[in-house]
Amino acid sequence: MGKYKTEPIKCWDKAKELRTSIYERVAKARDEGKIIVAGGTESMLALPAGYDMEFLGGEPYGASCAFAGKHDPSVCLGFFEAAEAARYPRDLCAYMRLAIGSLLADRYLFGGNYPKPTFNLQTHICDSHAKWYQIMSDIEGVPYHAVDFIPYAWETENELEESKRLKREFLVGQMLDAIDWMEKVTGKEYDDEKFINAVNWECEATNLWAECCMVNRSIPAVMDEKMMFSFYIIAVLMRQRKEAVDFYTELLDELKDRQKRGIAACANEQFRFIHDSQPPWFALDVFRYLEKFGAISIGAHYSFSLSGGWAYDPEQDTWLPAKPPKEAGVELRTREEACEWYAEWILAYHTLLRSLRWSGRGKHKRLLDIVKNWNADGVIIHLNRGCEGTAVGQMELNRFLNDQKIPCMTYEGNLADAREFDLERTLAKIDTFMETLDLKKLS
Amino acid sequence: MITAGMDVGAKTVKVVILKDGQIIGKGMATAGLEADGATQSAWERALEEAGISRDELRKIFATGSRREEVSGFDESVSEVVADARAMSVVNPEIRTVLDVGAEEGRAIRMDAKGKVLEFAVNEKCAAGAGAFIEAMARAMQVSMDEFGAMSLQSTKSIPINAQCAIFAESEVVSLVHDETDRPDICKAINDAISDRLTSMARRVRVEPKVALIGGAAQGLGLQNSLKNDLGIDELFVPDDPEFLGAYGAAIIAAESQT
Repeated sequence: MGKYKTEPIKCWDKAKELRTSIYERVAKARDEGKIIVAGGTESMLALPAGYDMEFLGGEPYGASCAFAGKHDPSVCLGFFEAAEAARYPRDLCAYMRLAIGSLLADRYLFGGNYPKPTFNLQTHICDSHAKWYQIMSDIEGVPYHAVDFIPYAWETENELEESKRLKREFLVGQMLDAIDWMEKVTGKEYDDEKFINAVNWECEATNLWAECCMVNRSIPAVMDEKMMFSFYIIAVLMRQRKEAVDFYTELLDELKDRQKRGIAACANEQFRFIHDSQPPWFALDVFRYLEKFGAISIGAHYSFSLSGGWAYDPEQDTWLPAKPPKEAGVELRTREEACEWYAEWILAYHTLLRSLRWSGRGKHKRLLDIVKNWNADGVIIHLNRGCEGTAVGQMELNRFLNDQKIPCMTYEGNLADAREFDLERTLAKIDTFMETLDLKKLS
Repeated sequence: MITAGMDVGAKTVKVVILKDGQIIGKGMATAGLEADGATQSAWERALEEAGISRDELRKIFATGSRREEVSGFDESVSEVVADARAMSVVNPEIRTVLDVGAEEGRAIRMDAKGKVLEFAVNEKCAAGAGAFIEAMARAMQVSMDEFGAMSLQSTKSIPINAQCAIFAESEVVSLVHDETDRPDICKAINDAISDRLTSMARRVRVEPKVALIGGAAQGLGLQNSLKNDLGIDELFVPDDPEFLGAYGAAIIAAESQT
């Protein structure tokens, strides 16, 4: 009998169904005469939504390959080897290598050949991502377009309003250029109404995910991070769709109900930690192992921010769910107004993008904010060799947390490439870390 | 009360027997692919030195990376916690412990009571491990003692840049082919290992005083390189530095009975 009552989450099957459906729709899109757009999933999904299109996002696809590779190495190791045979080195982004390998092997994880996109649309936010889809386009022989931008600096940097205005104007210009470019390469008229709806839904879906994360402040936590992986992915894959808004509305209701009734994600929760960076997708057992000590990951800057819209509240000196247009009393009527709002949303509220570009100080403050407000007892950092973007500054973060007397452990690995991960050593390190915290395995 | 600690390491098994806080027996044996035989030998030596039978032991705690391969202990404790606890007894002034085992290196920052404040372990890469130093001593055709003494004769700094022990070894082969003096090669190897250990130690922030333990700790060349890299005048090396883990496990076993 555990300390807390647990129950399966009802939205679980819905999340799985939605996730599977998007990959299946991508597979069928060509035959149905639909546009397929590929790119990194941070590529402003509402932007190509002025068309009836399916979006194939590279990072979740890579994560799925890594997870599936546990049972079928040919879809993970096989893709890595295909990329390596084409001389893409092992120190590149692991998701990128999986996508290139999958394309070169002409094999789609979800069945059939690799779905050739109509065009690739990418943002210049991560160095690897910027080159990733340029390479894909070269191999596929399809058009490529990149949207260039720099997110606002963290609030710790006191960025000038004029600097923000210039960044916003620049991004709006880039978005409008991208729309013109899409009309040119598809030969089809862009539908502003669809775009405006998509901007509204993307902002609403990401606001709702942030609200879901807020519920997890409660003790016991209603979600562990393994659950979050299955839930945040909906926004990653389809946040510009009404289905995502509906899903998160339902999930938020369920989480609030669980919170009210004291339903826990982990029956023996006794050590709440924050996990930094993506996990090794092929070794999620690490989280199960931690549960033996009553240790539960209740979130991460990554899991919160990848799919969440977060606004800094100077009065409370914390980040809170950002208000989408309707909640802020704004009606988007034109393409330009939608671009203006969307640019602000990306630059100001997509906090994960900031941590890829700006000084560690802001991320340190955000981590500390999460630790304090989500009542975490420590942090476990995955020194992720598969993602340069999220691994940047991790050792400085480790030092910062130790200075704050927050227990912190690091382990080396790779989000997708199991050849760079040593499970036994990681478990041994967890044993040691738990021992230093006087935590024993629960019987 | 008599308790014991057993450290089943990658290369050797060490046993320490404690009676009322005093060491009354120690035993060590080299383990091959099977750790069982070495464990038995280490126990026989320790029990013989202690002059007791195994039945007289109240509690046995095990540590070491291969402890799960053997039986005959009550509970296990991690190497990091065992090292820190032992060092707090051996020298309470120590705040940073560097442990160079055959398989891995560890850096531990601790308080006066032996509580671990921060630790780092070298992971997949074996560089920094004592096994590399031993292999290089064999390649130089000298004993470990001679390897350290030779290293001290050199005043040159020849960098070995590879992070990986295997690539580092090929750099050593190149130095041999270049007819580099053996003392200079020995020092280059110690400097390289020290460099990696120092990098790991800095992850936990080196706080004086610093101790070096583990099988490679008695190497004078490595001690000298570490003092230079860490910028410290004093590096504490306890007697029998390879027994610290087993000693810590025995102490914790005794504490579990009070």
